[in-house]
Amino acid sequence: MPSNLIFKTAAELAALLEAKEVSSVELVRAFIARTKAVDGKVRAFNSFDEADALAQASASDARRAAGQARGALDGMPVGIKDVIAVAGQPLTASSRMLANFISPYDATVTRKLKDAGAIPWGRLNMDEFAMGSSTENSAFHPTCNPWDLGCVPGGSSGGAAAAIAAGEAPLALGSDTGGSIRQPAAFCSVVGLKPTYGLVSRYGLIAFASSLDQIGPLARTVEDAAMLLGTIAGHDPQDSTSFSTPIPDYRAELKRRRGPWKLGVPKEYFGTGLDAEVGGAVKAAIGFYREAGCEIREVSLPLAADYAIAVYYIIATAEASSNLARYDGVRYGHRSKEATDAIDLYFKSRAEGFGPEVKRRIILGTHVLSSGYHDAYYLRAQKVRTLIRNDFMRAFQEVDALLAPVSPTAAFKQGEKSSDPLAMYLSDIYTISLNLAGLPGISIPCGFTRGGLPIGLQIIGPPYEEAGLLAIAHAYEQGHDWHTRHPSL
Amino acid sequence: MAASPDIDIDYVANLARLALTDHEKEIFSRQLGDVLRYIEKLGEVDVSQVEPTAHAFPVSNVWADDVPQPGLPVDVALQNAPVQRDNMVVVPVVVE
Repeated sequence: MPSNLIFKTAAELAALLEAKEVSSVELVRAFIARTKAVDGKVRAFNSFDEADALAQASASDARRAAGQARGALDGMPVGIKDVIAVAGQPLTASSRMLANFISPYDATVTRKLKDAGAIPWGRLNMDEFAMGSSTENSAFHPTCNPWDLGCVPGGSSGGAAAAIAAGEAPLALGSDTGGSIRQPAAFCSVVGLKPTYGLVSRYGLIAFASSLDQIGPLARTVEDAAMLLGTIAGHDPQDSTSFSTPIPDYRAELKRRRGPWKLGVPKEYFGTGLDAEVGGAVKAAIGFYREAGCEIREVSLPLAADYAIAVYYIIATAEASSNLARYDGVRYGHRSKEATDAIDLYFKSRAEGFGPEVKRRIILGTHVLSSGYHDAYYLRAQKVRTLIRNDFMRAFQEVDALLAPVSPTAAFKQGEKSSDPLAMYLSDIYTISLNLAGLPGISIPCGFTRGGLPIGLQIIGPPYEEAGLLAIAHAYEQGHDWHTRHPSL
Repeated sequence: MAASPDIDIDYVANLARLALTDHEKEIFSRQLGDVLRYIEKLGEVDVSQVEPTAHAFPVSNVWADDVPQPGLPVDVALQNAPVQRDNMVVVPVVVE
């Protein structure tokens, strides 16, 4: 019999901790027990450190007993995608390259969690170096979708989304470069938020594509995501691309902002390729907002719809080929035992350490940056990126936010797309343009297919308007009960 | 677009310092050929009057005061080194 704590929202758990009806040690024990019971099937975790989590829980309970609790998240376990540094814990990016790497320091988001008393809980599986949409590219093992173990959980933050859906963690941090928080959230019926580029520090996040990467929360509810975002957001001198902007109390703003809103529906996002059941659920959600008094307007994003994937796979792979040059077998990471000299050490360490998708993207990124190709590919892609951003900014002159699908389909079967990279890339069509434009987007549960697989609604906002975005998402969630349903495992 | 949809896989793999097997070369050439043909569609867009975007929200000239900050202790910085000796990383011979 699983504990009655594991499917409670973080807000409910915070209230129980605050009232001292539950201790942090009891809470962490419940998630450890649940993880031990179901993770053999789900495989959301690469590893977890039971003793460390319990020690931090004891410290939290001692603080609370002394009247020194640090806020709502004190004593709360938060799962961490295995691409975000936690001092003294493994940091693998689900790659053989970093299989034995122990992080010497905390990411800024980790330090902020610890300052708030939260407990980093486990290392969550992902596509290797966050490259993928299914978590099948993990060098260690695939993660399964808790709603149907034969299906993928999405990716690359598949472990984070699956862990919450399976009751193995109440909250998690993921990272999103082209949809890697939102798409797994949709596939697993949890909430996932990609913040505006620069809102959350990337210091201590293993770099994939530095102009696109953002860390963000995954949670059971919009309110829980708001709590976690407020804890990790803010300017950081350690990340020169982080942006100085006031951080509101996102949770309090949910109650203050009640609409009605002007909401745009990008007509190009409902064309061919969108699964009928997914499209139906998203249209029903749009109908909910209309009935709630919101003005719904059709908008057009012609460049974003047609060209975002092509632009993304030039810019993201170019940046990745540069970022991943640091894995050379010299200072850390995998070192080949077969190397004959120093240069051969690079070639062989990289050949042995990286998996197929990472190699593919390094090759593509190196090609598009190479002499004679740079202007035709990379420079042109950066120019089309400008036009894609203009599409969105034009739409936001008319509307407060956009409503769209997250993914063209619900979760697909394990193995279905793993041998066809282009088909896998095309599944990111509705999420990827936000990263190019730097915009915030949230995925919230909006239904299930007849086969019982979750469907997500994506809400897209203007830069740094997370408070409004969360309020719009919260309004939908208050009128529905999708987040109260849980998979049977 | 002027670029060819074919990758010179040996040339690019050498630039990337990545040893590939013959099997990998064959598969990646085919798969990336598909991706490059897809990317060709960017040639349809008129970008003659457009400035490139490197970052979505250009933040430029972020200065830090030139003041030493504490760094990692040597033993911590070296804890993940594959081979080390006397506070240094050991590598194969570079110069005879």
